[in-house]
Amino acid sequence: MLKSASLVLLTGAEAAAEAVRQINPDVFPVYPITPQTPIIQNFAQFVADGAASTEIINVESEHSAMSAAVAAALAGARTMTATSSQGLALMVEIVYLAASLRAPVVMAVGNRALSGPINIHADHSDAMLARDTGWVQLFAENAQEAYDLMLLAPRLGEYPEVRLPVMVGMDGFTITHSAEPVSLLDDAEVRGWVGEYQLPYSLLDTQNPITVGPFAMPDSYFELRYAIEQALERVPAALDDLTQQYARLSGRAYQLVEGYGLEDADRAIVAIGSTAGTTKDVVDALRQRGEKVGLLELRLFRPFPAKALREALAKVSKVAVLDRAMSLGASPPLFAEVSAALYGSPVQLQSYVYGLGGREIYTQDLEQVFAELQEPLGPSRFIGLKTQEVDHARSENPS
Amino acid sequence: MPDLKTLAERAELEPRFTGGHSLCRGCGAPTVVRTVLNSIATPVVVVNATGCLEVATTRYPTTAWGVPWLHLAFENAAAAASGLETAYRALKKRGAIPDEPITFVVFGGDGGTYDIGLQALSGALERGHHFLYVCYDNEAYMNTGIQRSGATPFAASTTTSPSGRGDYGKHQERKDITAIAIAHHVPYVAQAAISHWQDLSDKAARAARQNGPAFLNVLSGCALGWGHAPADTIEIVRLAVETRYWPLYEVVDGHYWLNYQPQNPLPIEEWLSRQDRFKHLFQVENHPHLGELQALVNSEWEQLEARIQADTPWFEAHPELAGARV
Ligand SMILES: Cc1ncc(C[n+]2csc(CCOP(=O)(O)OP(=O)(O)O)c2C)c(N)n1
Repeated sequence: MLKSASLVLLTGAEAAAEAVRQINPDVFPVYPITPQTPIIQNFAQFVADGAASTEIINVESEHSAMSAAVAAALAGARTMTATSSQGLALMVEIVYLAASLRAPVVMAVGNRALSGPINIHADHSDAMLARDTGWVQLFAENAQEAYDLMLLAPRLGEYPEVRLPVMVGMDGFTITHSAEPVSLLDDAEVRGWVGEYQLPYSLLDTQNPITVGPFAMPDSYFELRYAIEQALERVPAALDDLTQQYARLSGRAYQLVEGYGLEDADRAIVAIGSTAGTTKDVVDALRQRGEKVGLLELRLFRPFPAKALREALAKVSKVAVLDRAMSLGASPPLFAEVSAALYGSPVQLQSYVYGLGGREIYTQDLEQVFAELQEPLGPSRFIGLKTQEVDHARSENPS
Repeated sequence: MPDLKTLAERAELEPRFTGGHSLCRGCGAPTVVRTVLNSIATPVVVVNATGCLEVATTRYPTTAWGVPWLHLAFENAAAAASGLETAYRALKKRGAIPDEPITFVVFGGDGGTYDIGLQALSGALERGHHFLYVCYDNEAYMNTGIQRSGATPFAASTTTSPSGRGDYGKHQERKDITAIAIAHHVPYVAQAAISHWQDLSDKAARAARQNGPAFLNVLSGCALGWGHAPADTIEIVRLAVETRYWPLYEVVDGHYWLNYQPQNPLPIEEWLSRQDRFKHLFQVENHPHLGELQALVNSEWEQLEARIQADTPWFEAHPELAGARV
């Protein structure tokens, strides 16, 4: 039943900070980087105003932010943090350790391009850099989802059968800095929702000492890595449970793999993040004109929901996979996953790379993608890539 | 201050660090760990940087540690300690854990402290976390096979600063990490050595009682890396102190106090000649470098003495803050 829900105008970053305030984690290491910074600034102000009792650690780098976060989480403290781009790249060594030591840290990621060249705008290269770390990776479509996924994340990370860190991606600027009406839960509802942080052990329990982070030789390393894989396999079931509970609480029913107009579609786009929202508008417009098009939006990227994706796309004949990142020298990351998931199926795939470093993507671009799906498919296409200008710049600066 | 009997009793009663690990014969690290941990009266939680100590004491599924112990990586031990100490404060604040003191102790090698971990250490000292950072300084990256670090002495031969037909080993002077720690305005910083256990024990106990960060730089030893018989480690570390290469002193709220005055300071050769890493310095063509090393030791000692003299009136005014003389 939907209780007292209030609607406020918030950017995605403000909505994420609001979620953190309501969760009131024990520890929150902070380090500034655009476009995530408004999350930590807003939250620091909440703490300064007495609206949250969290201990903020003003660390000297993101590497130390993640190090402190993992340690705090294993000491029995609910711990959250936030970063973007270079910050995630700098901390990635310890991002692996968070998963391997089963520290259920929650991290908001204001998704931003990786250097070089340095750029502060949206793309998914930072998240893709961390795709093999063992973290659960969620992606929001808009500010509302940034808020809701930040509330889901601690429950998922701390779910006894899971116990893994969770990353909540939100496109830099497009989501982090754009204001939208957001429906918030009551503080008390959120407190009740997240409950007490509970781990079966703690580094602060000096009566029951534990050794955490030991040295593993070839006789044990393999099994310890495999244990993370098994925990990730339990994520979809945990998410089913939690999204149902969350729907009862908030009235918002989330599908981590959402089909939009797929029932009778012959052509579909697979997308992640804010572009999935834009695609919904395009699907609506084209369907008005009688075109059988649809969208598959992935809010869950790790563990990759291959089974759900196969089922959702079973009846579609042509699919365009939109990647906001490249895997230089190989297939783009999302395309590679979708290809593997659909291996052996008759669905035909076309890869598109778009929006790197914040390059705009317009509804016309997405209409064109649907149009091109009617033609013979080919190698990766690059939406909005200014090849002539690149060639021109090259000829002006022979090196 | 804990005496030998107390230390032995504590080690028996509640072994914080046990044998059966795979550190080498003649390694100084276990002496540092035992002396420090048994000198601290409260329960402890340990963070360990990657290095010999971590690798050789926690081969999964075994452990030599009788206290909570965390290792994440090489360069972030101080940051991990920040997280633990902050969690401790947060949980105490909301009554989730008993209001009992815990001392957070970091052990890092010189590579993990002087070099790759310097940033995390600096950040944690500056933020004022209540923890004790102990560098067990064996003067090189030993775990990976004796490579030069910022702690390696001038003219020492290591596998990445080897002496050879045309070279005399490390060209640079070692970094003064103790001075770097002092520059963070923390309440307590000290230098100690495994040869002087009572001094080390006093300093550990004192450091743990501070209401803020404390830093101990402890000269450890490495028979393999320094090139001597395993049984000689303590004796050779003692020579580092007797030659004034490694002064034993402490800095209380920025004020310098000497804990040991070598009565008849020995020439630096007495320390060098016992170790293979300095063997090349005794060849005729390298004799000038011996002189340079002695000059470095002399000038560092003079600077230290000047500071200590300048602070004598302060300690006369605060006699309770002066540590023991050994
Ligand atoms: C980021 C990183 N770089 C390098 C290493 C390899 N490594 C492991 S231990 C070690 C040397 C440690 O030296 P030190 O801190 O002096 O401790 P010791 O081994 O002498 O006890 C190195 C270089 C690593 N584990 N992580």
